[in-house]
Amino acid sequence: MAVEYIARTRELYSDYIPYRWVVNETVPFTPLRKPIRDCKVALMSSGGIMYRDQRRFHREDASCRRIPKNARRDELSVWHFGYPTTDAKADPNCVFPLERMRELESEGVIGELSDPAFSFMGGIYSARKVCDELAPQIVDELKKAHVDAFYLVPA
Amino acid sequence: MAEEAGIPTLCMTSALDITESVKAPRAVFVNFPLGHQTGKPNQPEIQRRIVREAMAAFETISKPGEIVRLPYVWDPNDRSWEEIDYTKGWMPVPPSREEADREEVERRARFAGK
Repeated sequence: MAVEYIARTRELYSDYIPYRWVVNETVPFTPLRKPIRDCKVALMSSGGIMYRDQRRFHREDASCRRIPKNARRDELSVWHFGYPTTDAKADPNCVFPLERMRELESEGVIGELSDPAFSFMGGIYSARKVCDELAPQIVDELKKAHVDAFYLVPA
Repeated sequence: MAEEAGIPTLCMTSALDITESVKAPRAVFVNFPLGHQTGKPNQPEIQRRIVREAMAAFETISKPGEIVRLPYVWDPNDRSWEEIDYTKGWMPVPPSREEADREEVERRARFAGK
């Protein structure tokens, strides 16, 4: 049975004004144009991953970190207030599967892993900040990089 | 937003109700505790299978809003995590401000000048 997270959010944050969930009436959908083995794929995680001495995240932080695709595991760290980060700190691949995506690239399962990968800290209360500030900037970069498919991993 | 710009997206999820509610264009569901959407720590085999199946779902999902459910079970002998995930008292107590600041200084120092 899948956990009912919407009900649990209401309960967990019961001391606050109820969270207003984003309501999307339609589902935007762009078909994949070619087989995934020929696609340039970009990776993004909302798990709060940082590379080397990149600035740490903080609450209400809608900024983004660019992570070089060849980053080593010991060059990554994690900050997020909204989920237990113990396992992600031990192995970022739990929420940011960079090493796995590199393997799929070398095996030819995907055409190419786009460089850099992206991460932000997903505990952003303001959907407006995400829609107006964070997302457009990333989408713009993806277009410039001619990315064919965008793989998102929330945490 | 990416979809409108012509870039197909696929979202991992372990929160099925939220993903259905916001109508993600394509999603792959794994019933693991939050913070493990692409697998367990230091178990590259399960991580690889999840990510590989997600890449396959880019091709197999044809309907907007479709969610592929992967069959993996966190622990076949213990489902207690489902009772406590994202409930009060479930998050570990965060470090004090001083402790967090000290950790941050150490983290940055590790990479300084390298």
